[in-house]
Amino acid sequence: MSDKRLTFKKRLHILKHHYRDKKMAPAFNAFHTFLFAPDETTHSGSHVRAADDLKRTMNTVIMALVPVLLFSMFNAGYQHFSAINGFPENFSLWNDFLTWENFWVGITTVLPLVIVSYGVGLIVEFIFAVIKGHEVEEGYLVTGMLVPLIVPIDTPLWMLAVAVVFGVVIGKEVFGGTGMNILNPALTIRAFLFFAYPTWMSGDKVWVHEAVDLAGGPDAISGETILGFLAQGHEYSYSISDMFFGFIPGSVGETSTFLILLGGLFLIFSKIASWRIMLSAVIGSLVMGLAFNGVVDQGWITETSKFYGLMSFDYWKHLLVGGLAFGIVYMATDPVTGAQTNRGKWIYGFFIGFMSVMIRVFNPAYPEGVFLAILLMNVFAPTIDHYVIRGNIKRRMKRLKNATILPKDSEGAAKELKAETI
Amino acid sequence: MSKDIRIKKGLNINLVGEAEQTISKAVLSNVYAINLKDFHGITPKMLVKQGAEVKAGEALFYNKNNQDMVFVSPVSGELVEIERGARRRILTLKILADKTQGQLEHAKLDFENASAVDIKAYLLKGGCWPFVKQRPYDIIANPDDTPKAIFISAYSTAPLAADYDFVLQGKEKELQAAVSALGKLTPGKVHVSIGKSSGSPMTGLSGITLHNVSGPHPAGLVGTQINKIDPINKGEVVWTVNPQDLVIIGELLLTGKFNAERIVALAGSSVKAPKYYRTKIGTEISTFLYASGVNTDNFRVINGDVLTGSKSRQDGYLGYYNNTVTAIPEGDDYELFGWNKPVFNKISATRALTFSWLQPNKKYELTTNTNGEHRAFVVTGMYEKVFPMDIYPMQLLKACMVQDLDEMEQLGLYEVAPEDFSLTEFICISKQPHQRIIREGLDLLYKEIG
Repeated sequence: MSDKRLTFKKRLHILKHHYRDKKMAPAFNAFHTFLFAPDETTHSGSHVRAADDLKRTMNTVIMALVPVLLFSMFNAGYQHFSAINGFPENFSLWNDFLTWENFWVGITTVLPLVIVSYGVGLIVEFIFAVIKGHEVEEGYLVTGMLVPLIVPIDTPLWMLAVAVVFGVVIGKEVFGGTGMNILNPALTIRAFLFFAYPTWMSGDKVWVHEAVDLAGGPDAISGETILGFLAQGHEYSYSISDMFFGFIPGSVGETSTFLILLGGLFLIFSKIASWRIMLSAVIGSLVMGLAFNGVVDQGWITETSKFYGLMSFDYWKHLLVGGLAFGIVYMATDPVTGAQTNRGKWIYGFFIGFMSVMIRVFNPAYPEGVFLAILLMNVFAPTIDHYVIRGNIKRRMKRLKNATILPKDSEGAAKELKAETI
Repeated sequence: MSKDIRIKKGLNINLVGEAEQTISKAVLSNVYAINLKDFHGITPKMLVKQGAEVKAGEALFYNKNNQDMVFVSPVSGELVEIERGARRRILTLKILADKTQGQLEHAKLDFENASAVDIKAYLLKGGCWPFVKQRPYDIIANPDDTPKAIFISAYSTAPLAADYDFVLQGKEKELQAAVSALGKLTPGKVHVSIGKSSGSPMTGLSGITLHNVSGPHPAGLVGTQINKIDPINKGEVVWTVNPQDLVIIGELLLTGKFNAERIVALAGSSVKAPKYYRTKIGTEISTFLYASGVNTDNFRVINGDVLTGSKSRQDGYLGYYNNTVTAIPEGDDYELFGWNKPVFNKISATRALTFSWLQPNKKYELTTNTNGEHRAFVVTGMYEKVFPMDIYPMQLLKACMVQDLDEMEQLGLYEVAPEDFSLTEFICISKQPHQRIIREGLDLLYKEIG
């Protein structure tokens, strides 16, 4: 009979006890809890607990990223072939975009980035978990998914691996792991790539597959982003719907504002990400964009200025190009590195949007400000929270002035009641 | 001046197994026990020896720091066992009940005309003082203090908790006596909170300030009400009493007898016929648990409600302060892909493939499973949704964890008790032990600043 045989669940349970208190316990538990929610029961405080845990939370973010990832795989091929053959005349979603040809380019270019990002990052996480004896925490599940989506498509895999090791170790583990880091690990990885290999990470050749390899030859293709065109004061030929739906070159996953918007709405609906940060970041970028448009309208900046291209760019279009939308939805809302108080989130988000557009305009050499803006605000987030919490403390102090502190009544204790010690 | 309180932030946890509103008489228990863990921070000094005969209402031990504060036996009988733990610390006292109950009677006190000193002395002597708790620190009140106000919450919003409107029926006289006497101990008010449009027996009492409370849990927690009515500042003291204990205080004042009788709600999804029982403090839980029957072998008995109660056993005893006993299934089993599959049978504060938001009134059968592993604090902004006080919950928890006394004070630790963090603990995605963190924080603050 089957009841004599050990079930798979039972076997794992025995193994878990076998590994208990051993060095490899965190590694085993990581796989075990991936399969089975643990049999742990409450020991103190509330006897029942809500259904959510960190794995579920992180999983929800990943679900919101999957459409973006799939789109990016098709777009990789679409941009590649369009750069070689020219953009199709009468664009049709099914015939020109969602084709096996395009998808195959995605599989050969995007998928390796995902695999390297997860593989290297999780190995580092496991090593640290085993050394420090804590459980493997789920933070990297999201980071590992974000990283391939925010790098140029032809990023060499070794470069990505080096950056991931740097980002996870310096960006997170040295602070104590998930929940303790100051900077967003995914953006730390992005920043490392940008500053360590600047020629690879910027310029007009890295945004489309094979553009770098073909450069200089007879088949040279352009790989420039809209922001790149604008920064150099050139014209671009993409329509607004191209920008909104994402049929444009750019970092792997950042192009489709439409899918990012859907992902953002899903995260807000599932109550995982903060709508306050998202909304205020959008407001912040619009405000900055409007201010720049105003400057141009006033005639203070003329077409001869190197800032003219981006400064005259319609304020709302900033949200459609570059990584702004992606950064606002998936990176700015990281709860660990962002502001933690509700009021702080408004301020934090606003400045992310504000600074992103500002950096875009004033840094034409590399017109992508959002990752720098978020990293900068990561650093300021604790300060913002500090002042928000000060407000609460001040309110308490003010109340204290009217406190009714009554004297201790030491005489009052009845004396006739002397208990006898035994 | 009455002030109505409407709470918006919070979460009602609807569980299967609400106690039916009928009262049965529980079988008399052979042995009654007093668990010293119920009296946080009290170091007991015994007044009687093992084997001694005591009457109901007779002092068993006193508080080492205040020898006037005595703790009395709920029944008459023989003190058969003093169970001790590490370093001979007393854990439980067990009393084998006599067949015919003897009762210690105190001379009646004319509390209408008595002074505050006399009332305090009478309550201390009669063994009713331990029912008076204080904030800050959530410990038994220091009789030398004069509180700025006294708070009584007669509105239970905790999951499956005994309904005060029901258990207090017919106790108006005792309640009135108790609030009249306690009212003399403070220059401030006696705030009583009841559920909005409820027929609470507390409504008609005189000498109180009545508050109508509405909203989800934790609207019924006294800490929430204090924060909304008259928040505690550094240096201030308020006292709180549970309504069921007011009845015992009232009876002592009226008759001179300590009557440990109490109506207890037996609830929870592991109980076949959940209902109310008339029994006594310290009774064996099995005297009424098996009268109602249980529908599983693997369940947990909780002294109190599922959020704030203490873990007991099937052969455990009713706690000194509890009027609810809950039995829910243990959740010591694995769940395949429990972390990513859609969840319909558990409560959640998010909508991350959890669907409890679709049916806010559905009753759930929750187990003791943690639904995940312990992690560092990651998600922010969740606690605030169920925490109605003007306090930053996560920042306060972190201040307690790093033992930063200044921060703890400034962020409002004086205003809270562990139970106020039971709901944030329930929804905590990182499965942090909030109530323990706050308890340890309070203990540290008491030790250092006291």
